[in-house]
Amino acid sequence: MIKLNLNSMTHQYSFLMIRYLKKQNFWFVFTPYFWLVLFFFIPLALIFKISISVSEWGMPPYRDLFSLSEEGFKIDSTLSNYLFIFSDPFYIRSYLNSLSLAFTSTILCLIIGYPIAFYVAKSQANIRIILLVLLIIPFWTSFLLRVYAWKVLLQGSGIINSILIHLGFITEPISMLHNHYAVILGVVYTYLPFMILPLYGYLVKFDLNLIDAANDLGAKPVNTFLKVILPLSLPGIIAGSMLVFIPVVGEFVIPEMLGGSDKLYFGKIIWDEFFVNRDWPVASALAMSGIVILVFPIVIFQLMYAKYNFKNE
Amino acid sequence: MQNTILRMNKIFFKILTLTIGFSFLYFPILTLIAYSFNDNKRVMVWKGFSFRWYKELFQNEQILEAFYTSIKIASLSATFATIMGVMIGFSLTRISKIPARPFFIFLSSSPLVMPEIILGLSLLLFFISSNHIIGFPSSKGQLTVLISHITFSVAFVAVIIQSRLSSYDKNIEEAAQDLGTIPNMIFWKITAPVILPSIISGWLLAFTLSLDDLVVASFTTGPGANTLPIVVFSKVRLGLSPEVNALSAIIMLIVVLAAISVYFINRSHIKK
Repeated sequence: MIKLNLNSMTHQYSFLMIRYLKKQNFWFVFTPYFWLVLFFFIPLALIFKISISVSEWGMPPYRDLFSLSEEGFKIDSTLSNYLFIFSDPFYIRSYLNSLSLAFTSTILCLIIGYPIAFYVAKSQANIRIILLVLLIIPFWTSFLLRVYAWKVLLQGSGIINSILIHLGFITEPISMLHNHYAVILGVVYTYLPFMILPLYGYLVKFDLNLIDAANDLGAKPVNTFLKVILPLSLPGIIAGSMLVFIPVVGEFVIPEMLGGSDKLYFGKIIWDEFFVNRDWPVASALAMSGIVILVFPIVIFQLMYAKYNFKNE
Repeated sequence: MQNTILRMNKIFFKILTLTIGFSFLYFPILTLIAYSFNDNKRVMVWKGFSFRWYKELFQNEQILEAFYTSIKIASLSATFATIMGVMIGFSLTRISKIPARPFFIFLSSSPLVMPEIILGLSLLLFFISSNHIIGFPSSKGQLTVLISHITFSVAFVAVIIQSRLSSYDKNIEEAAQDLGTIPNMIFWKITAPVILPSIISGWLLAFTLSLDDLVVASFTTGPGANTLPIVVFSKVRLGLSPEVNALSAIIMLIVVLAAISVYFINRSHIKK
């Protein structure tokens, strides 16, 4: 009786499985699934593994986590890499610097980008398309070259210094490169299109009559903006801010090209720890802590925001 | 009267904002292009108009080879990433019975928020230890850069495809199913044409992501696989390079031509 039941169950199961595979097209789902497990998830797990390994001279420069020798199975793990990072204010400061850079530049991009996006979205249709193309061109131009352009401009013999001297504001060229203001300028410049384009996407759908309606009902322009326009463009603001904030947190190139030694950022610290100090376990521990400190808050925020949107709909 | 003044004020403010905004976006690039015609090794000191740096650029084998490598990797990576991105987008919106579905969603969206420096580091360590264990990849090179680029581009394409697939009317597919069309046919005849514009923009995005990437490529590259950003970065990291100015001007020209053709294609599309 029981056997029969089991038989019919396995039969039913395999029948379902075959139907499932046929209907759902096994390879369609599992090719990208395998790919991401292999080249995204396993590498992350590997960083975690190395981050709790003991540093050692040699190649690879860490001791294997699990070892099987005459003394038996042994696990060689340590938290010292993490303790090292969090006991040294140098590393903590670099996380804070990265967060503050991302925060400052997101706010600046928003302040500069919002009026541009607003007026482009409110232009006549034929002008709007030309302006939109003009917005997209820098977006497609190589990121590295746009950073390099600022390096050229900010040189001691650069054009900005020449203009300032010509206008009589300064008499000697001032050094504008290699400080964290140059980094903020470079970040705002390169990431501005990432803020403007999603904002534009929401503002262009916006009904102009709503502004007239608010004005007719006697709202002051400030109130019209704060109570009508701003709430309706909030999804665009959030989307744009995410597109700026997320990559800037781990930014390496801009601080390397325009920045100096006055402020060090998270990306540069990992780079040096790996390529210069060759300390893989500490570099891995930095990366893992980076995920927890810099990436998790963003993910949690996005989940909460999605939930909030879902409730309101 | 007061109304006209107010209106004039508004228009003035609008033009002022747009002028300042677009000057900020274009001033650095245009300066770079202007100085690419400067006949002086010292980039910022004007000596005279010449095409000297363009000539040197086209004789610089290192840059030309890197350009070729970059284009090759970018087009391959974009193609593979688009195929897999479509698979992910389709699976997540149309197939409900995926084993460990939340894990799949996590896998396909977290490369979007992962800092590229962590992605690069993890892939490099992965390639080193997989070489240690199974002997593959035998060395770092174009293949490892390609694999890395596919991995981070897939997520971006998947998001584009997914948003398109979840916004269009599913009933068309169901109607076809009710009429007895086989699933493969439904995909090729109905779903694929609908998402074609998203596929194209996904491919273009993946292509630019790969072409623009410096950090991940620096980690995963090896001998003979220097991409254009790696070569450019090594040239301008410490100083200025007039050849890179000329290169910027050429890239700008390509982008402007592409943008203009997109504009005209769009316009004829709208007219239709």
